[in-house]
Amino acid sequence: MPTDTKSHPWMALSAPGAIDAMLAEIGASTVAELFEQIPQDHYRKTPLDMPPALTSEMELRRDLVTRLKRNGDCEVNLSFLGAGVWQHHVPAVVDEIVGRTEFATNVWGSYQSDHGRNQAWFEFSSQLGALLNLDVVQLPVYSWGCAIGHAMRMAARITGRSKVLVSQLSDPERLSVIRTYCQPRDMDGSIEVVTLAADPATGRLDLEDLKAKLGDDVAAVYFENPAYLGTIESEATQISKLARAAGAETIVGVDPASLGVITAPGDYGADIVTGPVQPLGVHMQCGGGAGGFIASRDEERYVRTYNGFLVSIAETQREGEFGFGLACPHQNSYGMREDGNDWTGNSTYLWAIAAAVYMSLLGPEGFAELGRLIVSRARYAARLLADIPGVSVVWPDGHFKEFVVNFDSTGKSVAEINTALRTHGIFGGKDISDEGLNLGQSALYCVTEVHTAADIRRLCDTLKEVLA
Amino acid sequence: MKIGLIVNPIAGLGGRVGLKGTDGPDTVSEALARGAVPQAGLRACRALMRFADRVPGAELTVAAGDLGADWANGINLDLSVIQIANQNGSACDTRAAIAAMGNCELIVFAGGDGTARDVCAALAANQATLGIPCGVKMHSGVFAVTPEAAGGLIADIYTTPDRIDWNDEAEVMDIDEAALRAGHIAPVLYGHARVPVQRNRMQAAKGGPRVDWGTALAGAAAEVVEQMEPDTLYVIGPGTSAGVVMRAAGQTPTILGIDAMRDGAVIGRDLGAAELEALTSTAPVRIVLGVTGQQGFLIGRGNQQISPAVLTRAGRDGLIILGAEDKLRGLAQPVLWIDSGVPALDAELAGYHRVRTGRGRETMMLLSTG
Amino acid sequence: MTRLLEFHAAKWDEPIVMEMGRPGGRGQIFPEPEAEVSKAVGADLIPSNMARKDRPELPEITEFEAQRHYLHLSQMTLGMMGVSLFGTCTMKYNSKTSEYATLRPELAEVHPYQHPDTLQGVLSIFHDFDGILQSLSGMDQFIFQAGGGADAAYTMAIIARAYWADHGMLDQRTEMITSIQAHPCNPATAAAAGFKIVNLPLEENGYPSLDALKAAVSDKTALIMINNPDDMGIYNPEIKEWVRVAKEAGALCFYDHANFNGVMGRLSARELGFDACMFMLHKTFGAPKAGGGPAVGAFGCCDALAPYLPCPVVVKSGEKFILDNDRPKSAGKVREFWGNVPQVVKAYAWTRGMGAEGIKLASDISVVANNYMDKRLSEIPGLVISNPEISVNRMEMTRWSFAPLCEETGVGTVDVANRMADFGIDPFWMSHEPWIVAEPFTPEAGELWSKEDIDLWIDVIAQITHEARTDPEMVKSAPHNQPIAQVKGDVFEDPEKWAMTWRAYQRKTGAIDRTERRRQ
Repeated sequence: MPTDTKSHPWMALSAPGAIDAMLAEIGASTVAELFEQIPQDHYRKTPLDMPPALTSEMELRRDLVTRLKRNGDCEVNLSFLGAGVWQHHVPAVVDEIVGRTEFATNVWGSYQSDHGRNQAWFEFSSQLGALLNLDVVQLPVYSWGCAIGHAMRMAARITGRSKVLVSQLSDPERLSVIRTYCQPRDMDGSIEVVTLAADPATGRLDLEDLKAKLGDDVAAVYFENPAYLGTIESEATQISKLARAAGAETIVGVDPASLGVITAPGDYGADIVTGPVQPLGVHMQCGGGAGGFIASRDEERYVRTYNGFLVSIAETQREGEFGFGLACPHQNSYGMREDGNDWTGNSTYLWAIAAAVYMSLLGPEGFAELGRLIVSRARYAARLLADIPGVSVVWPDGHFKEFVVNFDSTGKSVAEINTALRTHGIFGGKDISDEGLNLGQSALYCVTEVHTAADIRRLCDTLKEVLA
Repeated sequence: MKIGLIVNPIAGLGGRVGLKGTDGPDTVSEALARGAVPQAGLRACRALMRFADRVPGAELTVAAGDLGADWANGINLDLSVIQIANQNGSACDTRAAIAAMGNCELIVFAGGDGTARDVCAALAANQATLGIPCGVKMHSGVFAVTPEAAGGLIADIYTTPDRIDWNDEAEVMDIDEAALRAGHIAPVLYGHARVPVQRNRMQAAKGGPRVDWGTALAGAAAEVVEQMEPDTLYVIGPGTSAGVVMRAAGQTPTILGIDAMRDGAVIGRDLGAAELEALTSTAPVRIVLGVTGQQGFLIGRGNQQISPAVLTRAGRDGLIILGAEDKLRGLAQPVLWIDSGVPALDAELAGYHRVRTGRGRETMMLLSTG
Repeated sequence: MTRLLEFHAAKWDEPIVMEMGRPGGRGQIFPEPEAEVSKAVGADLIPSNMARKDRPELPEITEFEAQRHYLHLSQMTLGMMGVSLFGTCTMKYNSKTSEYATLRPELAEVHPYQHPDTLQGVLSIFHDFDGILQSLSGMDQFIFQAGGGADAAYTMAIIARAYWADHGMLDQRTEMITSIQAHPCNPATAAAAGFKIVNLPLEENGYPSLDALKAAVSDKTALIMINNPDDMGIYNPEIKEWVRVAKEAGALCFYDHANFNGVMGRLSARELGFDACMFMLHKTFGAPKAGGGPAVGAFGCCDALAPYLPCPVVVKSGEKFILDNDRPKSAGKVREFWGNVPQVVKAYAWTRGMGAEGIKLASDISVVANNYMDKRLSEIPGLVISNPEISVNRMEMTRWSFAPLCEETGVGTVDVANRMADFGIDPFWMSHEPWIVAEPFTPEAGELWSKEDIDLWIDVIAQITHEARTDPEMVKSAPHNQPIAQVKGDVFEDPEKWAMTWRAYQRKTGAIDRTERRRQ
């Protein structure tokens, strides 16, 4: 705490006498004088009740580290949790770059003084565009669910319609966000969210139900590839054809880590594409690594409906030189307040830089290798798990990194199993038994490149022990 | 961009000697007889000095003599002087000069509302204008704030035309001076002109088209139409802001006059006070008004056809006010004015009103009796 | 006058990463699947109609090339390397110790769906920080789900929606009232949530009048969203009465505490009568801004609104911290999971590092420093303070205008901002929309900067106004020693020319790559 002799390391003017010197220059005798605008009866009466200050870095660090060490993490433990954030390898160079103070502390200077950051942003969009085979990529919004919500509102603006179709096997976490963005009914700009049946044999969308519900009031069809429960939507082309025929937009959600091995959504008719940024070099951070991208074809009717920041390359006053700036800056809420497209503000732009570095490190071969490794190990894990008595994999083929494991025949609940696994240092898959998916006692397991064959065998061995 | 300048040498003569304008040769003689000193030329000179400071040697087209060239003497500008035949000190000079400046995209004039009216009547479709403020009456939305501001804006237009925003619907208004001198204020809307917008809102560095407030206002108008009640008389106008309601109802407004609608149909156009009073004597009445010009006069200026009797029928809650947000922000004071001629009625209607700026968008504005 | 810095930004003439590399270049390698894996599952595991056939057109570069490229880009970003008095954002020191703490695997490699027993460390930080914010605001519960200040405003809007729906009045309570000077996110998020917007204009005292509010509120008002003080540095002294009037009409009252820095420890949102408030942890509470997030809008409310909060809410149950997901009246989520967790940890660290006394001192300093700036800026010809007729001392920031300078020289606020970077000084914040003040700029000193920093900043402004009079073209063509020259804005609204990705750029311009360009 600052005293007459000791100033605070984060405040230059807490040095002894500094405030008085400033007051003298202003011509004020007390600090209170400067607060003349606030009426006396506005001042708080309750004193602040805060824990004691930890002014020394040493004490502060001790408090933080002591607390954080009470967490169990996914390096010490073996985790199979996914569903919105996933454990992937984060290259050390990514950590170095996002830790650069220039990138961590900048706000909004000029296009010239922010040039390096703006270029990194453009390279995020450019590289993601190359993975998606799409020409327009917006800087990320808060999360994948938020990206889907904005995409649906874009579709409503484009089509003038107010209904969207989503799979009944949607992630309840993302669906909750989508419902927030779209509903409730009877308010201005509301969008009805209607669920589509899934084929119980494959987990994929039921195309007959889709055809039945694709009326001329539908703004968009939304599907994921791979979907919440890990399945690959192999009828993607057919779905987007049906949507187009009905005058609806096709919105797709993709896992960018899959795009070295799964067809780019730009190649199967997607109009607007969303997805999580976190797999691209962002640590899970207890969900704090979330971020969502939105992309589309480069058509004015799409571009004019984006809510946030679109970074365009441009010429400068110097011949042959590139710079960057915001395209269509006036259509967002900064430019038009309540008349802008939805709203924007601070978002997750540091993760755009993380993703740019990540994608440049992997390159085309890296993404192909990554995809092959993930799908191979995930499929291997599914095979091994399905071999355990009482355990089955709901859709054993046709998934990418996540898959549903059913425990109905074990006589144990997922909660009981996961509690037991935890005592062995294993975080079992996400318990989806209570999500209304009609899948019984099931868990969503996630296997990525960080899980070795030995890790997978350890999971299976432990599971056998736990179930015995 | 090619720029032309016209000075109305007699504009503003009346003000300093207590005359309310200088429309007409008799008034000019009277002003000069009272000892008036011509102001317009000197104010044009101030604007040109600022322009030349900013862009030394810039090209400028001017009319000859005291219509322009005389006031640019000694200022570092590259002048092209246009001779006007049969110059006689009347509005004809202004018109002839503009006709001779057909290759100029911007006509700058030094004058007041009367000059603005003459200039705007003579402008070609592709010509914009900007007023150096000199007149006694300046109700039109075409003037810069000061001569220096005009000079600076001309310099901006000359050097970086792509950074300039344009407003195609600046209102050109004038007041009947004879009536004004007799104590009545009766401004009339004479039309619209294209004017440069002073750079004070948007970040010019960002470039590109600006917020389209007109679209927002059309949304407000559509909402008004959706909410129209049956068997109710809607008195609409004058001006573009009120006219959008007619457009939203699929009708063409009489921009300079007042129309009436009931149950979706137009039942009267360009109505006078007596006609309006007759129409409004039976049905409930709503009056749709637009915020026009920089003065913020809502009632009693340019719409005297809406008489106290009609206003009384509508009452406080019967006023439906539309105004684009940029117009509200462009007001000289953040206040709307009423002067119906009946002080008690003014007092009753005064106070805060909701101004519709877009669909589901309103701004509270104070209606004041002054 | 302080001697101005001799400064030159790094310029690397750096290629777009898409132009770099060579066939076969690698920055990361992943192992092939283990033999046992391949043997068990085989190859070609993606359905053939969904297997990617083309190679994504990504760069092929080495690990070092990627590192060097992005280090160069960081060096071509001014960040806070000079003096940044970026108003409305409250530039602070972002402590490295909290930065490093959050990079530890105990936080970086933690999954939000882990069992809460394995999350007790981070949950204890959430819980204790919630308590600190409760003390600062008087609210009863905070959540951190919102990914920024705007998202917290949105949280308020959807809570209002849920509240009125629960009371059966959503069809009647349809209006949100705010000031034209409120941050754009307030009307924008309320509109996105389906409310109609009623704006109050500023009047002669520099804030909207109480009478205007009284005329606006009715049984249709769902909520009011208001900030105080505003970005001009004006405090609305009638705010208590505002809240009383609004609540009398039944409306909910939300305090956008974006400008909290000047009133920390002095005001309590709850004691002023508000039902809810929002703090921006990436500004007032010392977490880094990172060019626009990850950010946190900490949303706090009173008990009456707590049932409608997005889930989960961190609460203490006995000796354990748990995630409360059982709120049947919850408005729904505004974002997945429970927030930008590392930023919450950093904000907690900031409050602990400052302590109650330190926080109050910071508030004093920020108001003192701003008034010092106002004094010095008022001595520079060509500048004028917003609302010049209001003579009171401003709060922690003040909006100023270059209008007189612009009228005199043609040099406006955009030109000055561009030129500032030539001195190693971050361009200032101008103004949110609408630009009520012409040629605006909005400096805010906060508590971080020294008098020398502030003096240098003002001296640079003075120097540029001098240059505007002696060599306006030099200022208007600035910057001159930045990584690039002024960016041409013509493409940004032109569908034929804008290019948000390299592939779009190549398609539109037939661009050749850099090696080719250099050869020409």
